[in-house]
Parts: sequence; structure tokens; C-alpha cells
Amino acid sequence: MSVEIRVPALPESVADAVIAGWHKQAGDAVTQDETLVDLETDKVILEVPAVSNGVIEKIFFSVGDTVTADQVLAVIDDTASKAGQDAPASIDVEQAQASTVVALAGDDEQAELGRSQEIAISPSARKLMAEHHISDSAVQGSGRDGRVLKEDVLAYLKKQDQKQASEKVESPPAVRRGRVTEQPVLDLGGAGERIERRVPMTRLRARIAERLLDAQRNAAILTTFNEVNMKPVMDLRARFKEPFEKEYGVKLGFMSFFVKASVEALKKFPAVNASIDGNDIVYHGFYDIGIAVSGPGGLVVPILRNAEDMTLAQIEHAIIGFAAKARENSLAIEDITGGTFTISNGGVFGSMLSTPILNPPQSAILGMHTIVERPMVVDGEITPLPVMYLALSYDHRIIDGREAVQFLVTIKDMLEEPSRMLLGI
Amino acid sequence: MSKKKYDVVVIGAGPGGYVAAIRCAQLGMSVACVDEWLNHQGKPSLGGTCLNVGCIPSKALLETSHLYALAGHDFADHGINIKGLKADIDAMMARKDKVVFELTQGIDGLFKTNKIKLIHGHARLAPGKIVNVSDRGSCDVREELQAEYIIVAAGSSPVRLERAPITDGYVFDSAGALEFDSVPKTLGVIGAGAIGLELGSVWSRLGSEVVLLEAMDSFLPAADKQISRAAFRSFQQQGLDIRLNARLLSTAVKQRKVHVTYEDTRGAQQVKFDRLIVAVGRKPNSDLLFGDEMQIEIDEREYIHVNDYCETSVPGIYAIGDIVRGPMLAHKASEEGVMVAERIAGQKSRVNYDVIPSVIYTHPEVAWVGATEQACNAAGIPVKTGVFPLAASGRARAMGDTDGLVKIVAHEQTDRILGFHVYASQASEIIAQAVIAMEMGASAEDLALTVFAHPTLSESVHEAALSVHKRAIHIKN
Repeated sequence: MSVEIRVPALPESVADAVIAGWHKQAGDAVTQDETLVDLETDKVILEVPAVSNGVIEKIFFSVGDTVTADQVLAVIDDTASKAGQDAPASIDVEQAQASTVVALAGDDEQAELGRSQEIAISPSARKLMAEHHISDSAVQGSGRDGRVLKEDVLAYLKKQDQKQASEKVESPPAVRRGRVTEQPVLDLGGAGERIERRVPMTRLRARIAERLLDAQRNAAILTTFNEVNMKPVMDLRARFKEPFEKEYGVKLGFMSFFVKASVEALKKFPAVNASIDGNDIVYHGFYDIGIAVSGPGGLVVPILRNAEDMTLAQIEHAIIGFAAKARENSLAIEDITGGTFTISNGGVFGSMLSTPILNPPQSAILGMHTIVERPMVVDGEITPLPVMYLALSYDHRIIDGREAVQFLVTIKDMLEEPSRMLLGI
Repeated sequence: MSKKKYDVVVIGAGPGGYVAAIRCAQLGMSVACVDEWLNHQGKPSLGGTCLNVGCIPSKALLETSHLYALAGHDFADHGINIKGLKADIDAMMARKDKVVFELTQGIDGLFKTNKIKLIHGHARLAPGKIVNVSDRGSCDVREELQAEYIIVAAGSSPVRLERAPITDGYVFDSAGALEFDSVPKTLGVIGAGAIGLELGSVWSRLGSEVVLLEAMDSFLPAADKQISRAAFRSFQQQGLDIRLNARLLSTAVKQRKVHVTYEDTRGAQQVKFDRLIVAVGRKPNSDLLFGDEMQIEIDEREYIHVNDYCETSVPGIYAIGDIVRGPMLAHKASEEGVMVAERIAGQKSRVNYDVIPSVIYTHPEVAWVGATEQACNAAGIPVKTGVFPLAASGRARAMGDTDGLVKIVAHEQTDRILGFHVYASQASEIIAQAVIAMEMGASAEDLALTVFAHPTLSESVHEAALSVHKRAIHIKN
């Protein structure tokens, strides 16, 4: 029976998606929930899984095509009960071992196959497969015990080249090894060469660029600065580092303090937690704090929902989870939509001071920076203290200068005297 | 006479027979093994040619003579100064005999452990899978054995030349050459194959002037040409006078010397030796084992004819080792013994004849497995090769053993290793790596991607593999 694989429902603000890459080809065997194709949207990469076991009959779109919600991407034939019985190209492990003629073990009788399911792959074969992005189960091994040999991979590649050459009518007869889409290699020539390389922006980056420009054009953005003595927080961390980690299984970082301080400050200055929608100001009764993280595709801002209800430990846990997902490009749309206030930590990259840009439709963003030991004056004496510069960029259309400054001072006070966060003053 | 029944009767307790017998016993069969070997003291001794007058004693003497040569020629280089270096031949022989004795005793012990019935005597097959045992040379049947299966592993004997008959004290076969009581001043060897080279090496190191007379026009034709050429040069430098195209015409023992007349490209030559060794090959011991009524097929070179599973033309009767086709090597015989035992037990065992290594235990040793470059060229198989000279090996230099090279022959397109050739110290050990790699279907690149310990001679394998791809590190490519 033919099973359709469709583009999943896209979130409201996302109109369409682009095929970023196929994990499987027509004729390949697939198992349920195995990722078939990556779709790139404005915000995030969506993985579309197979909805059943079977063999891919046909694929309707290629890499780079634009698709909309609910369009049929591919069709799976799920009648084959064991994946791969009719698949010409991709053969699963059991098939490979069953059909391999192990020249030495058996004669006219069936070769004994009590072996484990792991395919042995010789080092040179493995290297070739990695270089050509061939999955382990794609090549049938002809070596002893079904071992995949270099010559097996070479034969496979030759077959692929022949297939590609025959599929592309206009392509020249000369056979090209490797994938159709090339990986960009950052080799801009040696000294003295003036080479330019033109690469179209990925969809994600283009969208980020657009939104940043929007923010700058439409909001009246100003930045106010202050500095905070981080010693009290650092002392607190030092004192309770171990018991905290023991109790919650997560390290006590700075971000949780900043989130907490921000939430308390936001409670006092509701305009900072508000957003503009047309001609209205929307005041939010919840505090969804976005934490800006750097992912491989660019900047993404996953949201801590209802941060006012979260404990320091829960905040730390959530942030670690976001970072991991960002690295793997696996943040979901709902992770990054919304938010009422954002915290951006440029300090991890070494930034001393900066003017963060707003994350629309939010009206303010807090920038954290590196902590530097500076000579400060305390009670008339010069003392070295660990100091961090804070920056608050805000939309002057709804936040007054005085509010912005006092908001930032509140954060500073909370951090310099952490018990204020407990007391709420 | 009552017949004793056994599941398997093995004829011969050499490396083929004793291994087959032990494997059969391991698989739960009742086994009897009939062996007729008597050592030079007239006592029964297990292990066949290999243990008694072949592999083992020759390796013992090669080791001894090698140490003597090192002491005499190489120690000074190391700053070890020796005065009054002497070779005590009696002690050498005694040591050799001890090694042989201990090993043959070992087989005795293994037979007892595996409950294998050992019967000393000469075996002759009779129809109905009967094995009659008598004393050698006698027709009186001492014992009758009834077998379900028979494994003939009676081995081979040195080829005898009419023109150079074995003469006590003057003309010897390989067995006799291991028993000299003194070092002959001059020694002739008919045949420059593995056995001739090894025996020639032993006595040359101990002081003999050795001349090898080889009838063929090429040296070690079964080996890769690059290897045989390098080995030839080395052996000449070591003092082995190897004469090719030398066809034996006649010998005569006169005035306490062996006079040899041979013909080479220039005509008839005369040469005298104190002693002469005949090492022109071995022939299967298929006579005296059975008569025509057994209907066991023999081929024109007197080997028992068998298929890939060592089955003879008679169901239930197998033959293995030197008495059948294939390289006359102990390890080949042993693995055939295992195959047959397992097949009798119902398993689907096979011997991979493509990956059986050959070794010559000279110094440096010569070892190879698989195809030579010249054989591939002749068969039209496109190949590429990689060579690494031991002179570029750090370990070889530290050992003072830089004579030699490692060569890999790989398929031009698939990179599969088709042949592996070593001429180097410890080649016999190094070759095992190649055998394993080839059994696993390795490509030259696989070896290039494998980590070898440093500093070792084995690293040369790695470098030779790199050399196949023109990227050896320690030599110019």
C-alpha cells in the first residue's frame, strides 16, 4: 500500500519551507520514525520522519525546492514486511549477510550465519564511505563473514555514478565521483591571490537578517549601560557550588541569577516586559525569557516559559537543554516562538561591552558581558573587584529613559545583593 | 584375528596425521593412529618427517649455526669481543636431538590426553576399510583395524637420484645432512630449493665451503622475482656458491671424496667435495600402502588423487598432506587434517589454498603468500606494487639486520592485496600478518590505515602498503 509523506503543519508565521536535504533515496528501505528529509524554515530546520516501514517509491521534490504545508513529499510502499527485500541499492544487514557468498565458509550448502548483526567494515572501506557520505548499510559486503571491503565501496560508487550520469540528460559522459551538492570548502587561495567566493545566504540567515533590519527600522532603540560587581554572586556560587550540583545534577551558573534578577526587575517595570502590536501596547502577565544561544545555523533564542515559576536549578537545566538542541539543530518551532524579554550573553565570546539589538516584538534586551577584574573604589579604598558591564537596549517608544535606567539599576542591585531577590526589594 | 573397530584410523603421525587424529578425538570420535617411523636409534618416534628429520631439527641447527655465525662475524661490531670461538658439533647435535625428543614426547602426551590409540607399525589398506598393521618390511599382519573412516597421511620421502645414490659417509639425503658428526671442509648440494639452501646455510655458517648446483635456470622460481634476485645476491655474499643451469651428469666416490660431473651453459664441469647432499625434492609415499584392488586413484606423479575436501575416489577414505596435491608444507597438511576431521563430523570446513604461506629459513628468511608480480602479469591481472627496503627501517638498523625488503602486490583497481613477499630477518613471523590480512580481504590501504608498533620490523609492512600508494614516509616514492 502506498503511504504518503507530507510536509507537516508549519507554524503561523512560517509560510513555506525549503528542502534542505534528503536522507534517503527512491528505492531505499526505511523504518518507521527514521528521518527522511530536512525542511528549512525561517526559524528552524524540521525533520520529517517516515510514518511507517517500507521502501521509498517516489520522491517528488529535490533539494532547494520550496514546499508548503501538507504537500506530498514522497510515497512509501509499506507492503514489504521486511525492509529491503526488493530494494536494489540499499540492503539491510541481514540481507547483506544472507546473500554474501562467503567463499571460504560454505560450499554447495548455505553458509552458516549465526554471526552478530554488526557489519565489519575494513578501514579503507570505512574511509571511503565517510568521504562519500554512504551509510553503513548501503553497501553489500563481499568479504569474509560479510565484511565490507574497499572494492565493494568502489563498485557501489561506480554504480551510483552510472545512475547519476544516466539520470541527468544534459550532464557530460565524464563520471564525477562524490555527491551532487558540494560542501563549501573555505579555500580562498594563498597569499597574493584575490579570490572572491559568492555563496547565497541560507534561508535561515536571510530571515535573521530581515528581522534584525526590521527591528532597527521600526523601533527607536537606545542602549543604557551600567556596571555590576559580580563578587557577591561569585562568592555565593563558590560557597554553594557543590551542594547545588549534588542536589540538582547541574552546575550553578550565572545565567540563572541573571534570569531571576531580570524577572524581579520586570515585575517592577512592566513596560519592559511589554510589546507593541500595531497601536497597542500589550502587557504580558507572564515572563517568558529568551536566552540567546549561538547555533551552527546562526543565532537562535529559545524561550524559558514562565520563568517566574522556575527555580535556579530548573533554569540551569533548561538552558543546558537548549544549548544541546541548538548544536544539533533540533530546536522545535515552539521552543523559539514568543518570549517577552531576552538575555544575551556576549561575555562568553569575550565581549566587554556591546549594544544588543532588539528581538521583535519584544521591547528590551539585556546584554551580559565578560567579567573583568577592575580597580574599584570601595569605602574610599581602591579594591580589585570582578566587574561586568550590563547593557539594556530598549524601545524608546514604550519605555522611558528613566524606566530603562532604573530597570537596569534594579538588576544591578539584585545581583550585587542577591538576598534582594529572595526578599523582592 | 579379531578386528578392533574405530571411527577413524589415521595412517601416519606427522603434522597431517597427528593433527587430524587429535581433531577427530576432540570431535568425539574413537581414533587409532598407525605410524611406522623409527628414529636413528631404531625407536618409534611420532611427528613424522617434520619433527624427526625435517622442520624441527633443521630449525634447531639453523638457530645454532646462526648464533655461531653472529658470534664469529657480527659480535665485534657490537663491541663484543670473543676469543677462541669453537663449534662443538656433538653438543649441537645433542641439543637438536633433545629438541626433537621433547617435541615427539609432547605428541605422545597429546595422544594419551586425547585417548588416541597409537599403533606402531606399517599400515596397508584392505577392501572394506580395513587397515592391516605389520612390522615394516614384513608381511605378517600383527593387527587388523576396522575403520568407519580412514585418513591417509603417510607423507613423502626425499627424491633419490640414480646418478647420486645415498652412500654412507659421502652422499646424503636431507635426513642424513642433519646428522653430520663433523663439519665437512667442502660440501656440495644438488638442488638450490628451500631444503638445499637451508642445509647449505647450516654447514656454510659452521665453516664449510658450500656449492649449490641447481639444474633450473632461475633461482627460487616460485618466489617473486624481485625477492629471489635480492636473496640470490645475499646468499652469494654469505659465501654460498649457487650455480644455476647446473645439470648433474654423474657422481663417483673416489679417494675419500665425491667427484661430481655436471653440465652448465659452458659445458661439462668437474668438482670435488668432501660430502654431497641430494636435495632435489620429495615424492609421496603412496607405494606399499595399498594395492589396485582398493581402487584408490593415484595421479601420474604418484600423489593420491583427491578433491578440494581431500576425499579420495573411495568414499570414506581421505588423504592429506604431502601425499596429495598442493604445497608440501606441514601447515598445509595440518589444516587439511582439521578440515577432514571436521567434515567427517558433519561441518562444512574448507582449506583456503590461496592464502598458504611459504617460508625458507635461511638468514635473512624468505617468506611469501599469494601471487607474485610476474604471475599476475602473466595472467593479465593489472597490479600495482609497493616495496620497502629494510635498510630504511630503524629497528633493522638497531638490530644490525638491514638486508632485505618487503613487497606488496595489490590489484590496480580494487587495491586488494593479491600477494605479499618478504625477504628479511623474521620473515616467517612477519608473513603471518599478511596471511591474516589477505584472509580478511584487506586492501593495501587497509594496512596503510592500520597502526603498527614502532620500532619494529613489521613497520616495513606498513611502509610497503604506503608505498603501493606512492606515499611511503621513510623512503623516496
